[in-house]
Amino acid sequence: MHSIPGRRLIMGLFLVFLLLPIYWLVNMSFKTNSEIVSTMTLWPHNPTLQHYQRIFTDESWYSGYINSLEYVVLNTIISIAVALPAAYAFSRYRFLGDKHLFFWLLSNRMAPAAVYALPFFNLYSAIGLFDTPWAVALAHCIFNVPLAVWILEGFVSGVPREIDETAFLDGYSFPRFFIKILVPLIASGIGVAAFFCFMFSWVELLLARTLTSVHAKPIAAIMTRTVSAAGMDWGLLAAAGVLTIIPGALVIWFVRNYIARGFALGRV
Amino acid sequence: MDKTVNQKAWFLVLPVFLVVAFSAVLPLMTVVNYSMQDTFGNNQFFWNGVGWFKELLDPSTDLGGRFLASLGRNLFFSLVILAIEVPLGIVVALSMPREGWTVAACLIILALPLLIPWNVVGTIWQIFGRPDIGLLGYTLNAIGIDYNYVSNEVDAWVTVIVMDVWHWTSLVALLCYAGLKSIPEAYYQAAQIDGASRWAVFKAIQLPKMNRVLLIAVLLRFMDSFMIYTEPFVVTGGGPGNSTTFVSIELVKIALGQFDLGKAAALSLVYNLIILIVCWIFYTVMTNAGVERKVQASSKPAVEPKPSVGLKPVPALKPREGVA
Repeated sequence: MHSIPGRRLIMGLFLVFLLLPIYWLVNMSFKTNSEIVSTMTLWPHNPTLQHYQRIFTDESWYSGYINSLEYVVLNTIISIAVALPAAYAFSRYRFLGDKHLFFWLLSNRMAPAAVYALPFFNLYSAIGLFDTPWAVALAHCIFNVPLAVWILEGFVSGVPREIDETAFLDGYSFPRFFIKILVPLIASGIGVAAFFCFMFSWVELLLARTLTSVHAKPIAAIMTRTVSAAGMDWGLLAAAGVLTIIPGALVIWFVRNYIARGFALGRV
Repeated sequence: MDKTVNQKAWFLVLPVFLVVAFSAVLPLMTVVNYSMQDTFGNNQFFWNGVGWFKELLDPSTDLGGRFLASLGRNLFFSLVILAIEVPLGIVVALSMPREGWTVAACLIILALPLLIPWNVVGTIWQIFGRPDIGLLGYTLNAIGIDYNYVSNEVDAWVTVIVMDVWHWTSLVALLCYAGLKSIPEAYYQAAQIDGASRWAVFKAIQLPKMNRVLLIAVLLRFMDSFMIYTEPFVVTGGGPGNSTTFVSIELVKIALGQFDLGKAAALSLVYNLIILIVCWIFYTVMTNAGVERKVQASSKPAVEPKPSVGLKPVPALKPREGVA
């Protein structure tokens, strides 16, 4: 009753469509450059690890991954920490300008990064944060904080109010109630919100690239270096690409049970 | 749920307000400032009033022509991908396996493209589509279709659209799947007793339940496709010619390429305004839908009297109950 005729076929075709380009990337990353350019092979005939080796031994390459992870983690922590109390406030109380504030937040999630690239560059240069992970982490807050508030608000609203009232009757102070009771209750929601913050900060490039030059350069920006005078180093580019997929895949694995509900932003 | 009025709640939202104000309002002020000025480099600025805005909206000028052309392309792109991704997403969601390990496997594979950095998505499709080294490009050319996204406008468009479908259909599918999961089994049983057809079940049960998540999906997809930058930039670089230059690409070209701050700022403001308006329309529709649902829910007579939860000791409440 739930599904449609031929669903296995549709699903199968769609999954193949999703996986084929990724397979091709993985395939390329194990080929030598001469094999890539000279012949069309469906799998690597002379599999090689030279591209991965180069990335793991060259500091200018692997530091990119560390830089990226640094600002992504920073951003996730900041976003969740500020969004939690706000989500509770939006879910439970009415206050002056609440609806306008919520809409304003939401509109920032939708603001194009291209608009902010230049002013952010000016702002973070002026306060001396340019080329640090903090600059990127704070810049990514513009879309991650609203999203975190939105998701967490949905999850907090799923907690019956009676729980708050009972806790207060039992003499819990607000901070204690918040940490001891509310946070454990919406733990899965926090996981989902963290997942989304991680995801959107990890995939964003325009701001991350604009706000860094040497020390905090993200891996995604370093990848553009594979274009050189000698032509494209396709194998290296593919290997770097494969390595950027792995953190995402790991994170999905951890939240796999909440993915569907998480993508509905706690609003089903 | 009735909310109590409490102005102290502002203290709870203050951190969010400060963080977002710092990273949204301050930079926007700079943009407004720049949009009224012209610069000839060396940090020398001249007052230009609304000159840039006039030029921006006048297709006969260079700036206006570029802006309106890229806006047109961008709207067309957004409409095309919505027209493909929304129905396809619904179909995929309806095709999800019912239970067992395949559910988790499908979910993970579906979510995979969403977590790939956007420039890597571009790289993947670049490698996949190139006629010389890409599986897709090579195969198409081998079976006699002349395909080259670097030199042919139509091919470039098809590539960018297919790439976006590949990248984001999963989001729509996952949202719809979450909506479908929330439908109680009893609804389907009732439909079966009534002898409802598949189409009737879809129209009367599944679609209404997916309404709200579909709205979120359309909102997110429209917004994100309207500000798309990285993926087409990596694959086509906005070309061939200007055929895949969307608004964000044009903006970055003007702002960071030519360093034409005044023009770029004026463009940014108009761009932001359009997004704000669309966002507001969606938000209004969405909150209204929410209110209707709440009214429906509360108009149901209280057949089952609620157990007096208020007296339950707190530790007895398992997390599962609260969140489910």
